[in-house]
Amino acid sequence: MSHAAAAHYTSTGLDSRKIAFWTFIGSECLLFGSLIATYLVYEGRSVSGPTTHEILNIPLTSVSTFDLLLSSLMMVLALAAVQRGDRLWARVWLAATALLGAIFLGFQAFEFTHFVHEGLGFTTNLFGSTFFTLTGFHGGHVFVGVVWLLTLLVRSFQGKLGPEKAMNVEIAGLYWHFVDVVWIVIFTVVYLIQTTPLPAS
Amino acid sequence: MAEHSEPQEHQGSAHPTAATYVAIFAVLLIITIVEVGVFYVPAFHGFLAPILLTLSALKFTLVVMFYMHLKFDHPLFRTIFTLPLLIAAAVIIALLFLYGVFRL
Repeated sequence: MSHAAAAHYTSTGLDSRKIAFWTFIGSECLLFGSLIATYLVYEGRSVSGPTTHEILNIPLTSVSTFDLLLSSLMMVLALAAVQRGDRLWARVWLAATALLGAIFLGFQAFEFTHFVHEGLGFTTNLFGSTFFTLTGFHGGHVFVGVVWLLTLLVRSFQGKLGPEKAMNVEIAGLYWHFVDVVWIVIFTVVYLIQTTPLPAS
Repeated sequence: MAEHSEPQEHQGSAHPTAATYVAIFAVLLIITIVEVGVFYVPAFHGFLAPILLTLSALKFTLVVMFYMHLKFDHPLFRTIFTLPLLIAAAVIIALLFLYGVFRL
């Protein structure tokens, strides 16, 4: 099969996989937009605690935010390495990205466990329901991203991730960076902007 | 049916250098530190939401433009991403008004 045929170019001259993936990312914007809107609508309306002021750990989440931002840097460096045919550094950066993603999931697991011990479960109050739904969906996306990166790493060790396969890494990178930008919004909206709880009527 | 054309030159090419990527990360890190700093300074609490939303939008734009290469890729990708993003933002704002979080 020729390279041109394998690359799935369309009448626009653009790679169809990349067009499809950007369309998917667009649909993900709508998904996370709905989840963030739901969180904001119910934020501060819980009639019983614990609420945002009592339970959110900003220093811990700041570290996990740094972790995810750093993983995005590792991801673009991995793509650059694959594009120039540098197999060693492609593996290093891909492994580093997956590791940082796994560390982020560790932070989230710790946070969720801590919240449950503090008495905040999924059905405790409106804050618990919307918080766990929003951050849980995001965590699920991070998990999928880590599995995807590990798959690319295995392909690299099999010698099947050369420069001709750079588009595969670029698309995985688009997914990973999108997960990062969603967290940028969640970190600001959920953790840093905390509204005052409504007085109980 | 339209014939498949040759790949365009500016698709996925001319990506930034590693130094640019590291510089973008440094800016993202500084903005995050400022965000957390602003959160802890009581003097900013009256303007917390607009300040933090502006800083967050800046970080969002940097990642999308440089790490996701929208600044360098074909404009079609920018359109495909921006349109649903604007719809999502409109949905958030509309629901906040509908549920009385914002009031006219």
